Amino acid sequence: MPLSLSDPTWYPIASSEDLPFRHVYHGQLLGRELAVWRADDGNVNAWENRCLHRGVRLSIGINEGQELKCQYHGWRYANRSAGCTYIPAHPADAPARRIENRKYPVREAFGLVWSAANDDQRFAPFPGAEGHDWFALRPVPVNATPEDVLAGLSRLAPDDQSVEFIPGRAVTLGSARFFVQPVDAARSVIRGILPEKPADEIATLRYYNEQLTKLRDSLERAAAKKPAPEPLQPVFEKVSVELSTMPDIAVPRGNTFPVVVKRKWQSADGVIGFELADRDGKHLPTFQPGAHIDVHLPNGLVRQYSLTNGPGDLMRYTIGVKAESASKGGSKVLVETVREGDVLAISEPRNNFPLRRDATRTVLIAAGIGITPLLSMARFLDKSSLNYELHYFARASQTMAFSSELDVLHGRVDRHIGFTREAIKAKVAEVLGPYQFANHVYICGPGAMLEMVQATAAALGWPDDAVHFEYFQNDKVIDASSAFDVELARSALTLHVPAGRTILQTMREAGLTVPSSCEQGACGTCLTGVIEGEVDHQDVYLNKTEKASNTCMMTCVSRAKSGRLVLDI
Amino acid sequence: MPKAPDPITRDLWHVVAATDELKIGLIETTLLLDRRLAMTRGLDGEPVVWFATDEENGDDIDADSVLDRLPVKTAYGYTWTCLGTPSAELFPIPEFAEADRVNMSCGSIGIHVSAPRAVENFLDMGHFPYVHTDILGSEPHTEVKEYDVEVSEERDEVLATKCKFMQPRAAKSATQAMEVEYVYRVPHPFCSVLYKSCPEDESRRDVIGIFLQPMTEETCRAHLLQSMIDSTSTITDLRRFQQTIFGQDKPILENQYPKKLPLDPRAETPIRADKSAIAYRRWLSQKGITYGVIPQAS
Repeated sequence: MPLSLSDPTWYPIASSEDLPFRHVYHGQLLGRELAVWRADDGNVNAWENRCLHRGVRLSIGINEGQELKCQYHGWRYANRSAGCTYIPAHPADAPARRIENRKYPVREAFGLVWSAANDDQRFAPFPGAEGHDWFALRPVPVNATPEDVLAGLSRLAPDDQSVEFIPGRAVTLGSARFFVQPVDAARSVIRGILPEKPADEIATLRYYNEQLTKLRDSLERAAAKKPAPEPLQPVFEKVSVELSTMPDIAVPRGNTFPVVVKRKWQSADGVIGFELADRDGKHLPTFQPGAHIDVHLPNGLVRQYSLTNGPGDLMRYTIGVKAESASKGGSKVLVETVREGDVLAISEPRNNFPLRRDATRTVLIAAGIGITPLLSMARFLDKSSLNYELHYFARASQTMAFSSELDVLHGRVDRHIGFTREAIKAKVAEVLGPYQFANHVYICGPGAMLEMVQATAAALGWPDDAVHFEYFQNDKVIDASSAFDVELARSALTLHVPAGRTILQTMREAGLTVPSSCEQGACGTCLTGVIEGEVDHQDVYLNKTEKASNTCMMTCVSRAKSGRLVLDI
Repeated sequence: MPKAPDPITRDLWHVVAATDELKIGLIETTLLLDRRLAMTRGLDGEPVVWFATDEENGDDIDADSVLDRLPVKTAYGYTWTCLGTPSAELFPIPEFAEADRVNMSCGSIGIHVSAPRAVENFLDMGHFPYVHTDILGSEPHTEVKEYDVEVSEERDEVLATKCKFMQPRAAKSATQAMEVEYVYRVPHPFCSVLYKSCPEDESRRDVIGIFLQPMTEETCRAHLLQSMIDSTSTITDLRRFQQTIFGQDKPILENQYPKKLPLDPRAETPIRADKSAIAYRRWLSQKGITYGVIPQAS
């Protein structure tokens, strides 16, 4: 049977011992190279051995624990999803496009790590696999076809014993099982396992090693006399059209998907924690620190919540919800009616609050429930051993959420409890200090807190682009009195926006499908490129610099100062 | 059997050796576009290049006895030849002729990757903190700021200007990180020249050239040129610096797959920092270069 690139069989590609923490193993299967690595949570990843950016082998990359970092440009890819979470050349941007390396199915069992070329077959243990604590022998590479190697192995059986073949190019010889890993058309690795650890480990390993080395020599002598089969020619799949272009502004996607509430608990006084997981136990989409999800609530409302998770932590999203008495039905529904086991629809994570990882000093300032995105940021910085300090302001210690998660961070975490407004302001000024090059501050908390920190930072000489924040609510009164025309450049349409109607409403009435979420200028979903005209910004999403650039706007609340706007739609 | 090079590549001048390093009366062999070449220098010091037959490296030869010669040009300290019909001129580097510059070849280094991949690496700033750590860049200063790229029709070359990068020790005297400005030219499909702010004279720029000799589609030799305004460093120091840098690039380049440069925009994932590489790939595509690249399927 000739080898096929699409052979769905599961083959061993490594011993468990080949994958210590923080290591990347160079695996091979059916003519393909694999970067195989164990994350700090124990999960084993088997990826195409090639960074999507410039094709450099990921097996020479750095295993940062929960992310794999490419050696060439420092791109980081998340455990489980293989999604890119950070591009150092553009530290201020979240990688908006979904850049995801090709992954192969992987399973760790019986002392070995197994993989397959595709998902067509479920992993099934070989007969008699269960009930033993399998011990892996030293693998022996052989320059011969997998067929010849399998035949050679079967000849090792004593004459009075029949050879038992196991599905997937394997044989049973006594108590041992031998698997042939098809590396390529003319290259194989013999991987043997014993049902338990032998009493004399060294002697046993040596015995099998001698046997297999003899076999290898005879197989390679025979192979040298035959014409070698052509190596397999794996194809590097093309990236999507979306990835091959370079949009200046990321256009977010409006997709939602169901998740199940795995855990709901009281994280602190007035703060409820929720853990959300995929219904089938798969991993969730890649996110970056600072990202939030839209949660579609049973009462039809959509609310944004920041993820608190650390790098490569994709089995559950953890959010914190404030049980506000004055809540207008958003958080209230989550807190009061959603229970463990319920299914909610959420959006893919979006990041309006990206974390630069090119700062010499990162200051994280949280107030109350604002701790959530900053906890995620702190966890990412922590894992990469980057310098940061987290200042957490709260009225009382019992209202501080995610305390145990904060306790295990290695960086500086200062809790400031029961400060007056003035004292908070003085503390913030002290913490920030005069601006220095490559310093960045991230703030999350109530609107008044954000404004105070911004003003304090500005007074200390911090430029706008060093002060990062995210609003989830727009408390401003929207002035919808203007009337103007919008020209939609890509749709070749011109629409009149009358007073009292938004651009978004006008576009929808004209039959266009335009994504939106909060419709109060806070979430960033309806972000649109502006080609011409002067924008009357009324949102709280864009920062001052972005507003001044006049290159983008939120169509749900912002309008035109000029008589005409040309939009990239 | 290797495929014949495309006509554009065949008719280009290709670098084959640092002229000074060819010994008079001794043969050096090399590979260009899958063909074995033999080279030497005559008593007049002029290089002679021809298709090798049974010559071996180190054989004695009288250059006058070589009749069937390939065209030869000497420029920028290097010997260039052509397997087809060469154009009259090689691309200009006017700075090379300035009297007060220190011009030097910095070695010829074999790399198991296609020549265009090596050119692209030369144009790339994003890898400085990761590959040339603490020399040309260092974390956390990883940002590649917006820069300008154009393909000059008049000179038929790719030009990237206003390229800025934060470097930890841009000059020997520097004690803290400073932003360095670069200009990159790609005046030849397998050659690039960069201009870097000169620490000694603000009004002038140091020039570093990389000339790639495409040996096969997947292997090349990099020949490095420095043309510096530097009155203090020794030539050995300057050479060692360039060789250190290139020694850091080599293992990365040799781990790039595929080894040929893919010209299909969907083969890899470009970002804004890669504007110059994108322009370079398009330029190669438009020229009709197929040697050392994976052409875009039409």
